[in-house]
Amino acid sequence: MSNLKRYPGFLPMTIFCLILLYAPLLIVMVYSFNESASITRWGGFSLVWYRDVFFGIEAAKYKAAAWNSLIIAMSAASCATVIATCAALAMLRGGSFTGKSASFALINLPLMVPEIVTAVATLIFFSSIGFQRGLLTILVAHIVFCIPFAYLPIAARLQGIEAHYEQAAMDLYASRWRAFRLVLMPLMMPGIIAGFLLAFIISLDDFIITNFVKGAGIETLPTAIFGAVKQGIKPDIMAISTCMLMVSVLFVTASYFVNRLGNQNN
Amino acid sequence: MAGLVPSSGKSAAFAPARIWLMLPSWASIGFFLLLPVLLMLVYSFLTKEFRGGVVWEFSLSSYDRFFLDRGLFGDEPPQIEWTYIAIFWRSAWQAGLATILCLIVGFPTAWFIATRPSHTRSLWLFLITIPYWVNLLIRTVSMKFLIRDNGPLNEWLMAIGLIDAPITMINTNFAVQLGLFYSYLPFMVLPIYAAVERYNFALNEAAADLYAPKWRVLWLIVLPVVRPGVIAGCILVFVPSLGAFLAPDLLGGAKNWMIGSLIEDQFKGAAGNWPFGAAVAMVLLSIVLVVLFIYARSHARASEQ
Amino acid sequence: MTFGRLTTTVAALTFCAGGALAEGKLSIYHWFEYIPQELLDRFSEETGIEVTMDTYDSNEAMLASLKGGTLGSYDVAVPGDYMVQIMRDEGMLDTIAEGELINKANIEEQWLNVDFDPGRMHSIPYQWGSTSFAVNREVYAEDIDTTDMIFNPPDALKGKINVLDTQGELLALASLHLGIPQCSADREQLKKLSETVNAAKAHWASFNSDGAKDVLVSGDAAVGMIWNGFGAKARVEGAPIEYAYPKEGYVVWMDNVVLLKDAPNRDNAIKFMDFLLEPENIAEVSNFAQYTAGVKGVTPLLTDDLKSSPEQNPPASAPAGTFVKVCDQETQALYDAIWTRLKK
Repeated sequence: MSNLKRYPGFLPMTIFCLILLYAPLLIVMVYSFNESASITRWGGFSLVWYRDVFFGIEAAKYKAAAWNSLIIAMSAASCATVIATCAALAMLRGGSFTGKSASFALINLPLMVPEIVTAVATLIFFSSIGFQRGLLTILVAHIVFCIPFAYLPIAARLQGIEAHYEQAAMDLYASRWRAFRLVLMPLMMPGIIAGFLLAFIISLDDFIITNFVKGAGIETLPTAIFGAVKQGIKPDIMAISTCMLMVSVLFVTASYFVNRLGNQNN
Repeated sequence: MAGLVPSSGKSAAFAPARIWLMLPSWASIGFFLLLPVLLMLVYSFLTKEFRGGVVWEFSLSSYDRFFLDRGLFGDEPPQIEWTYIAIFWRSAWQAGLATILCLIVGFPTAWFIATRPSHTRSLWLFLITIPYWVNLLIRTVSMKFLIRDNGPLNEWLMAIGLIDAPITMINTNFAVQLGLFYSYLPFMVLPIYAAVERYNFALNEAAADLYAPKWRVLWLIVLPVVRPGVIAGCILVFVPSLGAFLAPDLLGGAKNWMIGSLIEDQFKGAAGNWPFGAAVAMVLLSIVLVVLFIYARSHARASEQ
Repeated sequence: MTFGRLTTTVAALTFCAGGALAEGKLSIYHWFEYIPQELLDRFSEETGIEVTMDTYDSNEAMLASLKGGTLGSYDVAVPGDYMVQIMRDEGMLDTIAEGELINKANIEEQWLNVDFDPGRMHSIPYQWGSTSFAVNREVYAEDIDTTDMIFNPPDALKGKINVLDTQGELLALASLHLGIPQCSADREQLKKLSETVNAAKAHWASFNSDGAKDVLVSGDAAVGMIWNGFGAKARVEGAPIEYAYPKEGYVVWMDNVVLLKDAPNRDNAIKFMDFLLEPENIAEVSNFAQYTAGVKGVTPLLTDDLKSSPEQNPPASAPAGTFVKVCDQETQALYDAIWTRLKK
């Protein structure tokens, strides 16, 4: 049986795939510890570029950018999670209604429209209604494209929950809100957290849309890094990249454990 | 994108509140995405002001410029303008090639992972997901660093004596291709993995009992069953590749423009021609919607069968 | 995580974002890698004004961005000479009243009554320099003092050329190469200009302004059209290059700090301009960016490296430089068309 699943060459291909995915990241990590200012010659192990990033002359700029990124990702993911949870309840526990498939298409619209088109459209929109670009415009744009990413895990989770839980609660005269709050929401929690984490990382990751809609003097980490990279890849960029890489790894690990926890509870 | 279209609701417990529950998503996406896209369509028919900016005056000049070449002084008989069609063509084949390469590498990987015993499977999956979660900009910058003329890859190839002088990879179509392939590879692996994981291997057993060769089993029996996953993976790679900006901009330089770079230059660069940028974005969006429409049709037909 | 806590976070954030237009700020729109961060920090320390800065990589990109809706969110920008005139004609500049600038008397005589801003009603001088190109002497050892290096390159340099992504300067340099006047309305001359740059483009590796220094240092390019100070920085960072003063001519320019219309922090913008008219402050910019200031009393404060740099001191044989001209709308439309055809 297991022999039937095995194809020669598939293991080497997997190894190749992993090497390809990891090699550039690992090399950047290694070189971020390179003492030499020449970025390709190895000059010994050193933390000098990390010191540069955190305490150097441009530290304030990167700190502000990181702070902006964090605030935006936090708020956008929170809003998107709330909106997506509501939508999932309506789509999966709201019976059938006219415009249901249209609603579903609308929720997924941010996934279907290429990012650069979303960026252009949002810029044109804010500019033609005369709305001053700033942190708020970035936030609004991020909430919108985070909704489908939050929706997918939440809806998947809700679909796996039997309807008799909330029906039982409502048979006992719990209000709809209490049935949700006390019965359904705890059951949905792994999905909600997974949705939040996914939306958070998607927001943190975004460059194009942010670059189009950001206001004067406002940078997020990706736009700050992009601006710096345009003038050449410096070692401090590698140090920042390594830090961001670590944050991402932390997040995957977190969501991995949330998932496992959710599966165990089932 | 093969999301969860709820066919029949298990429960209608929240039916009375569904309007209010749907309202936030209707409002946010409708107002901040659907309306802006329509506005973009309007913008593509406006006139560019001389020094930049937009005049609210109907004009076909953006589309005219996209498709027709009227010479330097604008008074020659119009010919077909190949420049922008060429950029679209380059984007299409780059995205297509990236999709094929991702499929060639991604399918075996997904298959391999899905057929691991369950305790090691999650570890393999974990390894594939990490790069997917790492910032796309950082991954592209890493690739740029790796393949530059004096970069680690060239140094290493020279050190082992495979080449004598650095190979120029940066600022070529090859670099862009590598960047796209590298960026979107996880998008191919994950949906195929999901499809293979659900696959019923009893089919293979039956085929083996009938002495069908393994590769034919893969081609004739497995592939049709996991096809939805494969197609979803292809779309998830092709669509973002088509409109990619970071890979062509950072790895391709100014001579290997793709659609994304062309659009970006109209809004963020010196060109400052918003109506033309809106028109190009509109053409891109139309192509993507056609691709998605064909996908949805074939998906619907497949589930009818 | 309760919904209550979520909404609090969101409410707090919206509040923060709304309060972004606080007092004590200055929003600068500046060329990239030009002003030392230390100087901005010192300005903040001395005045208590918080500075934010966005950067651009060409005069045209700055104009496009401001026209695209960012006018009104920046206080000052740093356009080159011809761009000051364009922005003034477009009504994008605010007027500095007589007596508003305490240090106005520090401006050098020759930069006070300039064509692009007579009487300095909207701007102060920042730095001036030239634009030509630098050649890697390890790759090419022969005579480089000709614009052929860019527009008709020898075989050894083909495919190893980077040019600046700046319409005004590149087309002006090409006009000098052909010996035709700027803002020509002669169709034959314009055709020739368009053909020349398009033919030369086949030998160019990239259009890159932000990376103009990096491509020379890393060796990715052997010839780079570049500003003299940026070229000097590339040389200091190890590029074996020589900056050329071509016999056909080259471009000179002056960047100026302008007061933008609808500046959200107009008073602070004036303070910043006064700050930059102090010799010791503007000298710091010169020492960092390797250009020349337009303020009296700067020379003794410059480093010896800068004073003796070959990029700063053209040989006696070099011709005089040429400023980029502002054309009338009809002619400019033709130059825009040439540029668009070149870039596409």
